[in-house]
Amino acid sequence: MDFSNESRVLHRCSAQIGNLLLRSLWHLVHFIISICNFTLDIANVLESYLISSGLLGRYKSLHVAKLRYLAIVIESEGAYQTSKIIELLQWLEAVGVKHVCLYDNDGRSSGFSLSLGSLGILKKSKDFILENLDGAILFQDAHENNVLLDQQHMTLEFVSFSDGKEAVAKAANVLFMKYSKSGVTDQNQKEKIFTESQMSEALKTVGSGGPELDLLLVYGPARCHLGFPAWRIKYTEIVHMGLLKSMNYGSLIKAIYKFTMVRQNYGKCSFDLHYKL
Amino acid sequence: MEKEVMSSLKMEGNILCSASSFIRKCIFGVLRVGAIPNHIAFIMDGNRRYAKKQKLSHDGAAGGGGRYDAGFWALMVMLLYCQELGVKYITAYAFSIDNFKRKPEEVESLMTSMLEKFHLLDILVKRLAVRVHFAGNLELLSNELRASAMELTEATAAYSKSVLTICIAYTSRDEILHAVRESCEQKRIGLEFGNDDDDEIKLMKVEKNMYMAVAPDPDIIIRTGGENRLSNFLLWQSCWSHLHSMRVLWPEIGVWNLVFAILNFQRNKTYYLEMKKKEKEL
Repeated sequence: MDFSNESRVLHRCSAQIGNLLLRSLWHLVHFIISICNFTLDIANVLESYLISSGLLGRYKSLHVAKLRYLAIVIESEGAYQTSKIIELLQWLEAVGVKHVCLYDNDGRSSGFSLSLGSLGILKKSKDFILENLDGAILFQDAHENNVLLDQQHMTLEFVSFSDGKEAVAKAANVLFMKYSKSGVTDQNQKEKIFTESQMSEALKTVGSGGPELDLLLVYGPARCHLGFPAWRIKYTEIVHMGLLKSMNYGSLIKAIYKFTMVRQNYGKCSFDLHYKL
Repeated sequence: MEKEVMSSLKMEGNILCSASSFIRKCIFGVLRVGAIPNHIAFIMDGNRRYAKKQKLSHDGAAGGGGRYDAGFWALMVMLLYCQELGVKYITAYAFSIDNFKRKPEEVESLMTSMLEKFHLLDILVKRLAVRVHFAGNLELLSNELRASAMELTEATAAYSKSVLTICIAYTSRDEILHAVRESCEQKRIGLEFGNDDDDEIKLMKVEKNMYMAVAPDPDIIIRTGGENRLSNFLLWQSCWSHLHSMRVLWPEIGVWNLVFAILNFQRNKTYYLEMKKKEKEL
């Protein structure tokens, strides 16, 4: 009996020691990763400084024309830092980016009514941002007034979480009305209603339309698009920029430069493997 | 890769395989101290670049295997590792609707290769007790491929240890359109028979009709090949997914790549939990 008790105690002790050892190793691994990330951050800061001061030649000329639609995703806390956002937009304007979509993951709508609580943080600060950015206009206004998109000033879009999944549900109702009015039962006819272009139109009807984006910069603690409207990020390059409070001009230039160097073939074939999927 | 899978299933092996298996179990033991993701999705990019490196032809001649053979074994290895770690759901982006735009001979070669692999997959998933789903517009596939896929789904329906979802003839946009179309059809039928209580189509209904409703949203989406985009994959489900891009080509992915991706996920786990909690509250 004593022997079995002793072996049980021994087993428990060794299990506890084993767990302690595993935990220590786990913390050690994460500590090493933190050190590596810290070192990388320092290297990135140095590189950003070199880019900002124009010492790295290849970043001097950016083919910004390739970047037609840029999105900035900002996590909730960062979205309140309006002055930082304005500074970022001013940098983008200086670089020559013409259309910027600002997104934060706040804002849920209740039914079809759009109350103030359903607007994202950025949407609520829209007027303030536009006032402080010389000449910038809303993307919707530019379209309605048929203003050419190759204008001098930047167009801005403000998008929130409610423009994502909830907007698709609203668009489904728009398509349903079309479907039920048409009295369609034939499969081929049905296919003509439920198409990508019809869906895009329906999203526009519910106020959540917009062009497909080329590049999406995420300002937050993690690389995650935070619910950006799925319909618009089909082949969008997604780059994590770190926290908004640590943003710097050099990193922005580097991200845009890297985007301009990417070549896509959108899933099509090529035996020339310089093209990527 | 093939040897690793076979050794782990005790189909063949040597001392080296056993030793590496033991080391891997120790590494996974350490990893399990932190949060293990419930669902990992893979964008398997880099097969053609790998084939060029290995000088494999597109019809799968030289080099001891087809162009996508190595990719298949890489998926099996990842499935094995995920199961060992305790990751219940694994999703792989096998073939996009956009890939049909490729040259017909390449598409046909891929389809033939997939059909061959289904037979092997059948053996392996039964050994590992993995339930298999196919997500996508299966009507676009040949009758033979579609029938094989359905057969495999039915044959593994009883397994619950892990769930492998293979996205084939899939794009996110097509998935969203399909879900909207189904929701509209269900509403029309509901109104016709007088058993529809809702004024409008709700978000929950659209979500239930998604191809990927068989699995929870992915915790991590891993893309190999060095690119930073989702390429029309799980755009709807990836709101709070940790997006991890790695330069390694898909057939070359190994245990350390997976470990590193999970370690990165663990570092941001609290943030993702907070975001998901906030969404549920709203």
